[in-house]
Amino acid sequence: MSDRTASNAPPSGGAEFRDVATAHTPFQTGRLMLWVVVILVVANFAWIVANNENFGWPVVAKYFFDPVVISGLYVSLGLTVIGMILGVVFGLLIAIARMSSDRLASSFASLFIWFFRGTPLLVQLIFWYNMSTLFPRLSLSIPFGPTLMSWDTNSVITPMTAAIVGLALNEAAYMAEIIRGGLLSVDRGQSETAQAFGMTRARALWRIIIPQAMRSIVPPTGNQLISMIKATSLVSVIAMADLLYSVQSIYNRTFEIIPMLLVAVIWYLLITTVLNIGQSYIEAYYGRSDRRNAGAVKPAAVTEEASH
Amino acid sequence: MTASQSQKPLVEARNVHKSFDQLEVLKGIDLDVMPGEVVVILGPSGSGKSTFLRCINHLEAIQRGYIQVDGEQIGYALRKGRLEKLSPNGIARQRRKIGMVFQQFNLYPHMTVLQNIIEAPIGIHGESRKDAIANAMRLLERVGLSEKAENYPRQLSGGQQQRVAIARALAIKPKLMLFDEPTSALDPELVGEVLATMRDLAKQGLTMIVVTHEIGFAREAADRVVFMDGGHIIEMGKPEDVIGNPQHPRTQAFLSRFL
Repeated sequence: MSDRTASNAPPSGGAEFRDVATAHTPFQTGRLMLWVVVILVVANFAWIVANNENFGWPVVAKYFFDPVVISGLYVSLGLTVIGMILGVVFGLLIAIARMSSDRLASSFASLFIWFFRGTPLLVQLIFWYNMSTLFPRLSLSIPFGPTLMSWDTNSVITPMTAAIVGLALNEAAYMAEIIRGGLLSVDRGQSETAQAFGMTRARALWRIIIPQAMRSIVPPTGNQLISMIKATSLVSVIAMADLLYSVQSIYNRTFEIIPMLLVAVIWYLLITTVLNIGQSYIEAYYGRSDRRNAGAVKPAAVTEEASH
Repeated sequence: MTASQSQKPLVEARNVHKSFDQLEVLKGIDLDVMPGEVVVILGPSGSGKSTFLRCINHLEAIQRGYIQVDGEQIGYALRKGRLEKLSPNGIARQRRKIGMVFQQFNLYPHMTVLQNIIEAPIGIHGESRKDAIANAMRLLERVGLSEKAENYPRQLSGGQQQRVAIARALAIKPKLMLFDEPTSALDPELVGEVLATMRDLAKQGLTMIVVTHEIGFAREAADRVVFMDGGHIIEMGKPEDVIGNPQHPRTQAFLSRFL
C-alpha cells in the first residue's frame, strides 16, 4: 500500500508510539501568517494616528490633567456613583413591588417602568431641569385639603438635583427589570425552604434569594454602569459641568475640538477599563460556590469525593 | 416507641380538604400523630401524600378542616371568638418548631455546609454564633460529615447533601420533622446512608412524618404506616399489619409491586 493510506491508519509499531502523551501539534503556518498580517495592519494604523497632526496629541497631553477637565471628571464620576446607587436601591424596591401579589404595588411598579423606560433620558433630564415652568411651587398638602409645607421649585431643582433625579429614576426602571430577572432565576425551592424554616419574607430575600440572584444580576449591572458613565454626558445640556461639558467649555475658547474630545474619550475609556476589572472580581466572588475545588476544600475531601 | 394514651397528639389533622383549582387532592384526611411517634405515609404518585405533608407546615393552605401542631392551629388564630388568617410573619413563627427535609435537598448553594446549618439557629432562633457552630458540628458528626463543614453543597454527593439537609433541619431543635420523599432524588447506592440516618433519628424518639416509597424503611422504622390513595387514607396501622397483611385491595395492589 502507498503512504497515503498509511497516514490515516493508526501508526503501526509499539504501544509507546500510540500513547497520546507523546503527540504534538503540527506547526500551523496559516495562523502565524494571519497574526503577522493583523499585527502589521494594527501597528501601521496606530503609527498613522500617532503621527497625524490633526489629532493634536500635544494639546491632548497639555489638557489631560487640566483642573477644569479633572473637576468635570469628578462630576461625571460623582453623578455615576450617586445615580447608580439610587438606581439600584429604587430598582430593587420596584422589582419587589412588581413581583408582589399586591395589585396596588405591582401596578405602580409597572407604570413606573413603562414611563421611565419608554421616554428618552435626554427629555427626562430637560423636564426635571424645567420643572419650575410646570410647577412654580412644590408643596406638601392633604389631597384637595390644606397645604402643609411649600417650597420655591427653583430652590429645590438645581442642575445638580435635576441631573441626579433624572439619572437615578431612569436607571431605577432598567435596574428593576434586571433585578426582577435575577430574582426569578433562583430556584423556587429556595424560597420555599426559607419559608419552611420560618424566615420572614424580607429575611429570605436578603439572606437566601438575593445572594443567589446576584450571579445573574452582576453582568448586566456592569453593562448599566458603563452606560451610566456615558449617559452622564447628557447632563451637559442642562449646564452641569461634567467631563464632556468641561472639554466643550475649553474648545469653545480654543477651537481645538478634536484634541479636547480625545481627552474626554481617553478618560471615559480609562474609567470603563477599571470598572471592567472590578466587575470580573465581583463575578468571581458570587461564583465561588460554583467552583468544585473552592479554596476551603482540603485535598483529603477531594479524593474521598472522587471515590464515590 | 408507642405513645402513652394520656398524651395529647402533637399533630392533629381533621377533615383536611385541599384543591388545586378544580382538582381535589385531599378529600378529608384525619390523622393524629403522638409525640415521639414515627408515621410513614405510603401511596402511589398523585395520592396526595406530599401535598398533605406540605399542608402541615402551611406551605399549602387547606380549604376545609383544620391542622393543629403542638396545640396551635396552623395558619390561623382565634381572636375574640372568630377565626382569623395569620399574617405571613405569624405563620413564619409557627413554622419554627417544624423541621422539613425536601426531595431535592434544597440546601442554600451559596453557603458552606456549616453556614447552611447555622443560618436558622442564629438568624431566626437567636442562638449565639458560638453555640450554633458547636451544635452544628455535633449534628454533622451525627450524620457522619464533620469533615465537610467548609465545603459548598455542590461539592457533595446527593446522599451527603441530604444528610446535611437533615442536620440543618435538626439544628432548629424541631418538635416535629417532616420528610418529603427524602430518598427519591438519590442514586440507588446513596439511598442507604440517608435511610440509616433517619432510622437513627427514629430510635431517638423524634416525632417524624415521612412520605416515602421505601417500604423497607416503613417496615423497620415506623410506629404506624398510613396508606393513602386518591386523596383518602385507605388503611392505617402497625407496619406488620398494613405491609405484612394489607386488608384493602388497593393497598394490596400497591404493595404487590414491591414484592
